Amino acid sequence: MSTMPTTMEVVHPGPIATFQDLGRHGVMGLGIPVSGALDERSHRLANRLVGNPETHPTVEATLGGLAVRFSGPVVVAVTGADVDVFVGDRQEAINCVLRVPRGTTLRLGAPRSGLRSYVAVSGLFSLPTLFDSSSTDLLSGLGPEPLQAGDRIDLRRPDPGAVNPAAISFAPVSVPTSHVICLVHPGPRRDWLTQSAWETLVSQEFCVSPRSNRIGVRLEGPTLERRRHEELRSEGLITGAIQVPGDGRPVVFMHDHPTTGGYPVIGLVRAEDLHLMGQLAPGDTVAFRPA
Amino acid sequence: MDPERPFRLLEYGPTCAMFELDAQVHVEDLSAHLRTAVDAGTLTDVEDMVPAARTLMVLTRTPATRTAVVGVAETWSPSDEVAATGAEHRIEVVYDGPDIDEVRRLTGMDRDEIISIHSDAEYRVAFMGFAPGFGYLTGLPEVLHLPRRKDPRTRVPPRSVAIAGEYSAVYPRVSPGGWNLIGRSLQPMWRDDSEQPNVLAPGDLVRFLPVESSDRRDAQ
Repeated sequence: MSTMPTTMEVVHPGPIATFQDLGRHGVMGLGIPVSGALDERSHRLANRLVGNPETHPTVEATLGGLAVRFSGPVVVAVTGADVDVFVGDRQEAINCVLRVPRGTTLRLGAPRSGLRSYVAVSGLFSLPTLFDSSSTDLLSGLGPEPLQAGDRIDLRRPDPGAVNPAAISFAPVSVPTSHVICLVHPGPRRDWLTQSAWETLVSQEFCVSPRSNRIGVRLEGPTLERRRHEELRSEGLITGAIQVPGDGRPVVFMHDHPTTGGYPVIGLVRAEDLHLMGQLAPGDTVAFRPA
Repeated sequence: MDPERPFRLLEYGPTCAMFELDAQVHVEDLSAHLRTAVDAGTLTDVEDMVPAARTLMVLTRTPATRTAVVGVAETWSPSDEVAATGAEHRIEVVYDGPDIDEVRRLTGMDRDEIISIHSDAEYRVAFMGFAPGFGYLTGLPEVLHLPRRKDPRTRVPPRSVAIAGEYSAVYPRVSPGGWNLIGRSLQPMWRDDSEQPNVLAPGDLVRFLPVESSDRRDAQ
């Protein structure tokens, strides 16, 4: 058996691709964001399909376009956005267990729906960890740099005793849709906004701005009016917090959000619906309803 | 404020207890009270505590833990004396920051007075935020309470010692920033290659020791 590790070579990263896992927990009190996969459900599924623990990093590819090849045969799975998947010239599919021969390129097309793809490879990417996570935090600059063409990342082969391969070859999950409904809890500063602001939030539809990223999903559409205009001292933020900045256009904070913020938080997207927010592309729409 | 309770509990979903308090010192005192219960094993499944200027956010893993956290908070009576709980740091500072002249102008004091007032005080890390490892230090004497700069810098060098409002701080890493830079620390506040990269943590005590720039360690 060869002792040479298998490596993944980035042929093309697409618009932006980063390593993500389940993030850094319990260190927000030190000013360190949680980070981690924005569509955590798809990240976990990809790992399960290839027999990895759900905690292993996957590649989070935004807007598809990723192309990678491997120095040895690997088992991979692509989940999340509805994209075409090619292994060499052969068209494959998302949510499947795929066998990629040595030297063959795995390539993602552009999403028909959804925004982020998760690529899991059997084994463990050899990456530095910080607080038990290898996630790239684009706000703080913690974790590995985003993937670049030419990058080579070693894969530690799975420990045969720990491998728990999926008993299925295809996971029948629905693809992301361009309109979602998310349930929201009231937030700590709902009373800093007008009563009609909350009613607008939970009855109207909002459109996802192209200025959205891993830090926050910015929403266009109705504006939310403030009732109290004094300055709010910065206070703790959590993923899913719906903050209303000065222009009245809400921002839903995602995993790379700052740990504190000084604009009122009107509501909180419930944790179970965050993966839906993580797949919203510019122009998609979201409606909020009371949890 | 609820007449029955020394805090206001704000809504933030089923697993987050968000306490609003009257004063910074009460935030620290309630944090210490809850920390004691966590360390004693009375409270389990607390994931994170995020103190700020007037709020304490406690993240838990289950709704039942949130209820338990509120229950423990109800046994707290506010004190204006916070027991020192954290580590002690002595940070050597060269007071040659680019805003020292502006601080002289705003306070009417000379450089030596500014240095002695800033370095005679004892500081506590009240909370962290803005950037990884950035601690808001309370204990800054009132004569040095100054507004932020009107034109924030896009790049503040790491280890810059700064003041703004009622706080002092040492920038851990390169970042933008609007605070008044009065010096630079000879010790890093962030160790990139460490598993525990932050030097400061909430509750820690900090003292600044003035040193001259001829110090040989300064060359590093």
